[in-house]
Amino acid sequence: MRDIIKPKNDAESIEMLHKFNQDMLPHKFGKLGKAWVVFLLIVIAFGLYNYTKQLRFGLSVTGLGDTVSWGIYISNFVFFVAISLVGSLITAVLRLLGISWRSPITRIAEVIAVASIVFAGLIIIVDMGRPDRLLNMFMYGRIQSPIVWDVIVVMTYMSISVLFLYFPLLPGIAYCRDHLKNIPKWQKWMYKFLALNWQNRRGQYELVKKAETILAIMIIPVALSIHTVTSWLFETTFRPGWDSTNFGAYFVSGAFMLGAGGVVCAMYILLRFNPKFNQYITFKHFDRMGRLLVLLSLIYFYFTVNEYMMPGYKMKGDEAAHLTELFAGKYAFMFWGVQIVGMIIPICLLFFKRFRKPFPMFIISICVIVGAWFKRFLIVIPTMLHPFLPMQEITEASKVYNPTLPEWSITAASLAGATLIITLFVRYFPIISIWELAEERGVDHDLIYEHLND
Amino acid sequence: MSENIENIPNNEANSNQESSEASRRKFLKFGVLAAGLTVVGGGLQKAFSDDTKKDTSGKKVKVMTTDGKLMEVDVSHIKPAAHCCSSSKESREGIPGKKFVMVIDLSRCKDALKCQKACQKHHLLPEQDKWLKVFKMQETEETAPYWMPKPCLHCDKPPCVKVCPVDATFKRSDGIVLIDNERCIGCRFCMAACPYSTRVFNWEEPKVPEAFANATYSPETSVPRKKGTVEKCDFCPDMLRQGKLPHCVAACPNGVYYFGNRNEDMVTNGDETVSLSQLLKDKAGYRYLEALGTEPSVYYLPPANRIFPFKDREVEGEKPKENTEKKG
Ligand code: SF4
Ligand code: SF4
Repeated sequence: MRDIIKPKNDAESIEMLHKFNQDMLPHKFGKLGKAWVVFLLIVIAFGLYNYTKQLRFGLSVTGLGDTVSWGIYISNFVFFVAISLVGSLITAVLRLLGISWRSPITRIAEVIAVASIVFAGLIIIVDMGRPDRLLNMFMYGRIQSPIVWDVIVVMTYMSISVLFLYFPLLPGIAYCRDHLKNIPKWQKWMYKFLALNWQNRRGQYELVKKAETILAIMIIPVALSIHTVTSWLFETTFRPGWDSTNFGAYFVSGAFMLGAGGVVCAMYILLRFNPKFNQYITFKHFDRMGRLLVLLSLIYFYFTVNEYMMPGYKMKGDEAAHLTELFAGKYAFMFWGVQIVGMIIPICLLFFKRFRKPFPMFIISICVIVGAWFKRFLIVIPTMLHPFLPMQEITEASKVYNPTLPEWSITAASLAGATLIITLFVRYFPIISIWELAEERGVDHDLIYEHLND
Repeated sequence: MSENIENIPNNEANSNQESSEASRRKFLKFGVLAAGLTVVGGGLQKAFSDDTKKDTSGKKVKVMTTDGKLMEVDVSHIKPAAHCCSSSKESREGIPGKKFVMVIDLSRCKDALKCQKACQKHHLLPEQDKWLKVFKMQETEETAPYWMPKPCLHCDKPPCVKVCPVDATFKRSDGIVLIDNERCIGCRFCMAACPYSTRVFNWEEPKVPEAFANATYSPETSVPRKKGTVEKCDFCPDMLRQGKLPHCVAACPNGVYYFGNRNEDMVTNGDETVSLSQLLKDKAGYRYLEALGTEPSVYYLPPANRIFPFKDREVEGEKPKENTEKKG
């Protein structure tokens, strides 16, 4: 990985632009890429098959029961909402803070955000007992219900995120439209349609930039709301473990940490996938992301301590049974596993420079992501197993929760679906924003407008 | 009673047209076959089960019992099934002038489970879905165990209603909390919000007895039950509209349940009618988990001076776990 080169004069700048364009041009997948897509499609197909089963036989194909009435669909939903926050973090927060190294990773972050928020919406429909009555939400929606708040903010966030991804992408699509030869007709048509007649005019760029600034400001409160409102779905109930005033901050900080982990993971895979990218995604980026991740993890650590230590100190009646189960009971292994492997070890390692290198960071990010998924499991399920009244007068099966194969498969399909969106995006669109990268490297605006599409 | 009779043909019209063969089978299944009349039937439940001292109208009908005996009964003894009642819109209104309350006297309960049986039967509930649960409660090891029947508490500040995104579960003017299973989207937020483990979900297609499959749905009866929706104890508003007591209250042999209208300050357990406020005062009534602020419409009288010795269930697989609950 080389150092970042800055152009000295116009000629060099133009040459740089051309090189960027060449490097970023999306191209066909190799064997590995194709195998990956096929694998994802198989997972999705199996999930869809199981979903048709669920439609036919109802939610009885899941391990849910009257005690644990929310299971991994819901915890997976929380996971998706959490990871989608990264779009706002990398694109908006870093942008408004004027952090200069962010350009090569903004689009990756935004794609992750869009893919996961779309699947957050889908998985929540999967969880519904009557998906055929989805429209009731709009016909009879009650503004007093946190679910309605969630629908509103998730849809808003989805729209803003799509625009935030789309606007800066316009020059890239136009470039593909004009320069990609030997591609199927539908692909040509797609670029032409999506490019919205982009002509690299100064006015067009200025419009896009203005729109981006507005979106960057808008997206931050909306992003905070989606995850805060998602935490309120739990916090609005009386149940031990959910009855906490710390939940909003706890969820949001966890989401930022997870999102940063997701971006690191994607960065590493991109590098593997196309070695040319190492001129754009450099050691420096991994180092910076490592520091950011450590900072976000520490904030999350702080809220986690608040969330568990104080109730643990008091050990209040109902809360005590729940906490004992987490600290020393059935879920202790998972609980300590995700705290240690998913949070404490990453924090400790990332303090050292030698772990802020691509490969160690990749491993750490995997720990963070997997840990985060199970953390959401631990937030949702053990609480449901501690109702106020003793678990009596229900079947033995509804006193425990063991997700079934169809349930796992549908959940896996949703994760695969989000991954597929990201994968296909990389296949068909430039994953790094060329003009923003050029600007970051100091290329003059006029040169960009004039020569970007050469 | 004439009102009941009027309802029968109404209900029957569609099912009879559709398939007389199907109707024939369902009569047999449900115990009584209308022999003489063509248009009486689907709604027949065990006609003589609880109403024995009704006025007779003089009109007789021939019916056949399951064991093939023909017998003559008075028309007024043929009770339409509960599912003949109010439309979804009417169901939201509540019965004017009423505010229903229940008082459960824990000192009288001996886990006879007659209430639960009646509930299961009249609401066509399968074994595993219990709207009325009878818990074995024990505060600490040193204190005595006791039985605690628990229907929906019809909270005056119902957390379940608060969170419903589509107004499928609602609070009526008479205090009853109902669910409209034709509107419920099955999000199960209300189940998470209810602190009293009251709500049950139709995880699969419910088995609706044929006789009721074509019944007009009403939130007041929850018949026919619907897949992917939530349901719970409803205080039997169909009975209340007829001026009768809920099934559990009528079925209890020990007078555990008192039911009545708070506006009249009267409750009855079928044997005696007493003043609600006096009863609560005399017996130190309380509400379960009062601290949560849900303000239930169901009061409990403490299990003091019990009239039955505590006897644990034998067969049930459920060894109740230690319960650390404090009462309200
Ligand atoms: S007991 Fe539960 S279901 Fe019944 S009204 Fe109260 S909160 Fe709602
Ligand atoms: S499950 Fe049905 S009744 Fe309960 S909150 Fe959801 S829509 Fe309302």
